[in-house]
Amino acid sequence: MTARFNPARAAVYALLVLFALIFLIPVYVLLSSSLKTFAEVQDLSKLWSLPQGLNLESFRAAWSGIPEKGLRGLAPNLLNSFKLTIPATIISAMLGSMNGYVLSKWKFRGANVVFPLMLFGMFIPYQAVLVPLTITLARVGLGGSLWGLILVHVVYGIPITTLIFRNYYTEVPNEMVEASRIDGAGFFGIYRYILFPLSLPGFVVVIIWQFTNIWNEFLFAVTTLQKPELQPITVALRNLSGSQIKEWNVVMAGAIIAAVPTLIVYIIMGRYFIRGLLAGSVKG
Amino acid sequence: MNSNARHERWIAFAMILPSIILLAIFVYGFIGWTGLVSVSKWDGIQPDYTFVGLDNYRQLFSRVAGGIAATRFYTGLWNTFFFTIFFLLLCVGFGLLLAILLDQKVKGEGIFRTIYLFPMAISFVVTGVVWQWIFAPGTESRPRGINALLGQLGLEHLKWGWYTDPTAIGPFHVALIPVFIAAAWQMIGYTMAMYLAGLRAIPDDLREAGRVDGASGIGVYRHIVMPLLRPITFSALIVLGHISLKIFDLIYTMTGKGPAFATDVPGIFMFETTFQGNHYAQGAAISVIMLLMVALVIIPYLIYSFRQEVEL
Repeated sequence: MTARFNPARAAVYALLVLFALIFLIPVYVLLSSSLKTFAEVQDLSKLWSLPQGLNLESFRAAWSGIPEKGLRGLAPNLLNSFKLTIPATIISAMLGSMNGYVLSKWKFRGANVVFPLMLFGMFIPYQAVLVPLTITLARVGLGGSLWGLILVHVVYGIPITTLIFRNYYTEVPNEMVEASRIDGAGFFGIYRYILFPLSLPGFVVVIIWQFTNIWNEFLFAVTTLQKPELQPITVALRNLSGSQIKEWNVVMAGAIIAAVPTLIVYIIMGRYFIRGLLAGSVKG
Repeated sequence: MNSNARHERWIAFAMILPSIILLAIFVYGFIGWTGLVSVSKWDGIQPDYTFVGLDNYRQLFSRVAGGIAATRFYTGLWNTFFFTIFFLLLCVGFGLLLAILLDQKVKGEGIFRTIYLFPMAISFVVTGVVWQWIFAPGTESRPRGINALLGQLGLEHLKWGWYTDPTAIGPFHVALIPVFIAAAWQMIGYTMAMYLAGLRAIPDDLREAGRVDGASGIGVYRHIVMPLLRPITFSALIVLGHISLKIFDLIYTMTGKGPAFATDVPGIFMFETTFQGNHYAQGAAISVIMLLMVALVIIPYLIYSFRQEVEL
């Protein structure tokens, strides 16, 4: 059982490491630039070199802004992202769970037509609904408010959450549902005592998926929320990076702040993240 | 008992009904509404639903009547075409390669997988910001990004303008190259995860049987594994393809429409003409065309998926 040098296996590892390094280039750029001072990022001969020290000045600037330069801090926007993402994620997960239950265990006539029609909603280019959407939100008094954007994410989240839960509940044997019905359980009883207790992994998948997607979303946010103090972090980051005086160290620090919440979720719950990812290709 | 069962069925339907109604309005109702705007005269802040037929579409496509809009729209469609082709090639090629490499029972698989897939967890906006920095060319005397690195490595002749270069080879704008590299960086992990799931679903005895029949390591992949992965390639092409047909955030953040629309796509055109130019009817026409492009890919796919499910 002595390990012999195997050129083919060495090549496999060499390629894996090479690709890993390439994939991490943007991470290096983010970290090294954000830890530099403004003077350091201005020195183009040291563009790719490591920072001279661990300077957190750019994080402080990205977080609370530099008022004298007209630079807004991202802290309120980070909070907005949480205020937006958490309720939208929870509501769309609950709706998806209920819909998935109905579509897997209480199929009504026409369900085979309704379900694909619902699913189509997750593939459309949202540009095709934006103008009616903003008009409607304004009419019902939700224009320019975080609640309006929450509603938007709940509605357009229904297809994917329904799909994941439906595929998940389909795996639950119908005999279990039948047995509990004979025991006198009704629609809600079966959900409450049979399906829901089995749903925890399904909820984890859906919640991670929705959290990531809503957090990272840009188009709905930029079109429904005009006030900078209400915008979520993706929009604020884009404004920061698009501003005239480009302090790259601050922009990179901002990008890190925007990316960290979903990255933490991904690193802790990667397995469930992948399941959500694969569910998106329709067949669960 | 019977009436009770029917009662329960009604409750079930009532529970899903709000979702159906919301989607009927927010998806189909709004699409219809956008369609209405696209055949209207609405060009300004005040809505104007006067019917003008297909004029807005004609303007987008007509070189004579469309002026700058026609040029811009054609360029955007070509860019979408090339972006999609290269993006798909990179994602499928490297995704498959990485999945096969990871399938060799390697140590530290989890770490490699985490690294290849993490870009999927971050926003296109973040990706756009970072890759904008990486491919920013700087100037001749003050190179930035990759150009600075190339200069330090003595590879001066490889420097070019990246996404700021307006050069076009036929209808292909070279400025798209950095953009589809960034997009592929973000999405290769997705194809890898799909292929890896597919590889793991292939029973070991099937490969073993191939080996017993005398197939080499590569032979097992060519004749046994690859044919089984075909449905995954198909799904990946559809899912990634529809993303690239409607791509917006990444390019909008990274390069915008680019010099002479070198990196423009219909998503950016629609956004700018509608929300910055107030040309609502024109924006609606663009979004209807985007929707048709996506529908052309997605509807057959949905039908195919559901047929398969029925067969199972």
